[in-house]
Amino acid sequence: MSADLKAGDPVIVRNDIPTGHCRTPHYLRGHKGEVVSILGTFADPEQIAYYQKGEPRVLYEVRFAANALWRDYVGSPKDTILADIYDHWLEPADG
Amino acid sequence: MADTHDHHEHPHGHDHPHGHDHSLTFQPDHPDTEYDLLEAALRELLIEKGLITARQIQQQIDSMDSRGIENGQELVARAWTDPAYKARLIAEPMAAIKEMGIDMEHQPEVRVVENTADVHNVIVCTLCSCYPRSVLGIPPAWYKKKAYRSRVVTEPRQVLSEFGTDIGDDVEVRVHDSTADLRYIVLPRQPEGTDGWSRDRLKALVTRDSLIGVAPVRLPA
Repeated sequence: MSADLKAGDPVIVRNDIPTGHCRTPHYLRGHKGEVVSILGTFADPEQIAYYQKGEPRVLYEVRFAANALWRDYVGSPKDTILADIYDHWLEPADG
Repeated sequence: MADTHDHHEHPHGHDHPHGHDHSLTFQPDHPDTEYDLLEAALRELLIEKGLITARQIQQQIDSMDSRGIENGQELVARAWTDPAYKARLIAEPMAAIKEMGIDMEHQPEVRVVENTADVHNVIVCTLCSCYPRSVLGIPPAWYKKKAYRSRVVTEPRQVLSEFGTDIGDDVEVRVHDSTADLRYIVLPRQPEGTDGWSRDRLKALVTRDSLIGVAPVRLPA
């Protein structure tokens, strides 16, 4: 699995509700973020959870603006949430 | 007990019935859950089949229980006093952690995020309760509660202020949700007035909460 995305790329988290073990929190699904860094390649924990051999997945650190995630966010417009998300959950977005 | 009833009809004394009988010596702690039963069945089978011993299980529990924040304190104190080490700790954390003699075998990868004048980092795992046990030991109970896990992503500044930590609006609050295979620790800022302190003296200032990012490192009052 190659890293198709690079730091700075805008992405959208797939808005999907698959059954079973997921490592992408619901509150980020369907939201737009930006790739901060490539964290490496890991065996897919969503498959390992079911005793399958985890396929290699590229893991990205993705940044989200707190005030874009939450309506009525109380804080600074600078505030961010960073999450680690596997490649099969990310789609390229328009800048 | 967090009892917030406005109209409490009587105080909680021991002279009225309140759900359990003090005449019985042994009260059940709580009913066994399915998971308690599953754990007991599995443990007993493993022992019965001679795969592990009760002593090995106890030794492993002891070893997990006895781990504290010492490794985390060592890393921070070294980083504060050795700029080249700090750079390595942030760029190549696993190598830098092993360099300090910390055993990272079979441990998840750890990343180190640095607090600066412009960024305040705080760690959570909203999905479960992933925690950098290799360097911080056992997590505090609140770290695993839904209240912390949900609120620190939706209202981080309010949560921080409940820990006595008020962050100015000119500083970015950066919440790290450790959703995958990495674990995070915060490299807190070195408190003012501690330049030239020895590593041992600095180490003692570093608290668990500062390594999670809910509090700064403070000088003793």
